[in-house]
Amino acid sequence: MAPALVWLTALMVVPCALVLALAFFRRGIYGGIDYTFTLENFGLVFDPLYAGIFLESARIAGTATLIAVVIGYAAAYAISAAPRRWQPVFLFFAVLPFWSNYLIRTYAWIVLLNREGLITQLLRWLGYTGEPPSMLYTEGAVIAGLVYNYLPFVILACYAPLSRLNPELAEASRDLGASAATTFRRVILPLTVPGIAAGAVFVFVLSIGNFVTPALLGGGRFQMIGNLVYDQFLTANDWPFGAALAMALIAIMLLVLMAQALAADRAAGRAAQAGGGTDG
Amino acid sequence: MSEPRTLLAIDHVSKNFGRVTAVDGISLDIRENEFFALLGPSGCGKTTLLRMLAGFETPSDGRILLDGKDIARTPPNKRPVNLMFQSYALFPHMSVRANVSYGLEMERLPAKEIRSRVDAILATTELVPFADRKPEQLSGGQKQRVALARALVKRPRLLLLDEPLAALDKKLRGAMQLELKRLQHEVGITFVIVTHDQEESLVMADRMAVLKDGRLLQCDTPHAVYEHPADRFVADFIGVMNFIPGKASADGVVAVNGALVAGKVPAALSSGAGAVASVRPERIRLFPSVETANRTTGAVEALAYHGLDLQLHVRTPLSPKPFLVRVTADAADRRPVSSGDQVELGWDAADVRIFAE
Repeated sequence: MAPALVWLTALMVVPCALVLALAFFRRGIYGGIDYTFTLENFGLVFDPLYAGIFLESARIAGTATLIAVVIGYAAAYAISAAPRRWQPVFLFFAVLPFWSNYLIRTYAWIVLLNREGLITQLLRWLGYTGEPPSMLYTEGAVIAGLVYNYLPFVILACYAPLSRLNPELAEASRDLGASAATTFRRVILPLTVPGIAAGAVFVFVLSIGNFVTPALLGGGRFQMIGNLVYDQFLTANDWPFGAALAMALIAIMLLVLMAQALAADRAAGRAAQAGGGTDG
Repeated sequence: MSEPRTLLAIDHVSKNFGRVTAVDGISLDIRENEFFALLGPSGCGKTTLLRMLAGFETPSDGRILLDGKDIARTPPNKRPVNLMFQSYALFPHMSVRANVSYGLEMERLPAKEIRSRVDAILATTELVPFADRKPEQLSGGQKQRVALARALVKRPRLLLLDEPLAALDKKLRGAMQLELKRLQHEVGITFVIVTHDQEESLVMADRMAVLKDGRLLQCDTPHAVYEHPADRFVADFIGVMNFIPGKASADGVVAVNGALVAGKVPAALSSGAGAVASVRPERIRLFPSVETANRTTGAVEALAYHGLDLQLHVRTPLSPKPFLVRVTADAADRRPVSSGDQVELGWDAADVRIFAE
């Protein structure tokens, strides 16, 4: 317990506190920090220009989350429907890309989406002769990169409740006259929502703060908050404003995580309450 | 009384899983309004047969006729047959009422009719006070009643019950056996129950089928199966039986000690062939006061007091295994016996059943 606490304090609490403190100072005239107290940096976060980037990031992260959940749930469903002994194998392959470096995986997408990349070559091979499609440095490329990178989390999060689901529940629904589609909508989906929620929160939180994918696949044209923070620290040399932006981002992430924890807690609370009331 | 109408005809049905034959050419008729039991040890194919009746498995061969129409390939949601699962399979995210309404909603009935039918079945199954509870807030017996209500509310032509009492404790099981029988009578629906518990089928069923290794051994009333088992396996599986191995003769079985156990020898059994004579424990009289065709003496090895009766293990020269004898409490009081006593046993030739070994 104690070593973990020291570790957490030294590497997590102290740096965060430093960044938070930084946000309350002025920017020095030639970069650097002027140690006089101000709330200006936080005011600037709500400036339409920057607030717009927050909204834009949330939209991109939200789109990536939606796509990742749809694909991830379908994949998890297919894996949980496979014969028991094959399931660990399929899961292993689903998670395999995750063990390689994030940057390398993102560069691989550049090779794919490039004007003369693999996809263009494939189109040419199929007989396409027109202009190569512009895929790299688009919003679509950023979303594809985010979806690809965080998909394994969604698959794992959705697989857990799907594999625990008693198959007799679906059979009971069919037996009572429901079609396969109705069975999915009224029995399987509601019972696996916790997995979907956990996976979705994960993708959203990681996507909204991401700066590598928008930088590499968006070509800097699609600025997300992560890039903005990066720019403030390393290009504009406005550390205090960068710190304020970072804090705002952390606040958004914490809100999303807390909402999810609260919802999960309420579900668990219901179960616990139910456990105590079996008599009568 | 006219001959009861056949509701469901199982016609030479087989089911193979790869090279394993789970059900092997079974033919059975289940009658309208009957309480029918499929009985057998685990792995005998009874659950596979039940799943074929429900529509979750398709027979490899044969027909399943409901009211004369072959339903062997009809999907489960399109047959007027409902299954009560062994695990109950209640929808955990729905209240008792929502669970019971589900099947009627699938029939797209008007909300008013759904409500009145659900109310009625909740009353019949004494679940009204629990209508708004979730399944996890119910006891085992209550869950079982919800599963039953959920299936019955659909008014199926046939209700299938997969080991419906297996999850309950012994005392509750006894009460529920009678409860199920009462309900079946009340709703007038044909019940087919799958069980491995022979006592359960004896108590509840109007007729029962005994299965082993995917094959049908005997199909008859519990009384007929108990008193006239078709073969040695059925005799052993249903109730308790004393077996006396030996060789067939014209008048019975000659036991290992050379004594004749008198009884009716089946025509198929030729003299000198390996045979086994059998007699139920309750048919054996202790210190018989009247003349009985069969008689032996032995030493009491053990006594087991069951309240209602006393069970004695008696070592006799007739068979290597001790005889099990059931003596009523009355008889035991009149002539007390204790361990080590020499006792006389007697039974009639009419109570002896003889099988090929």
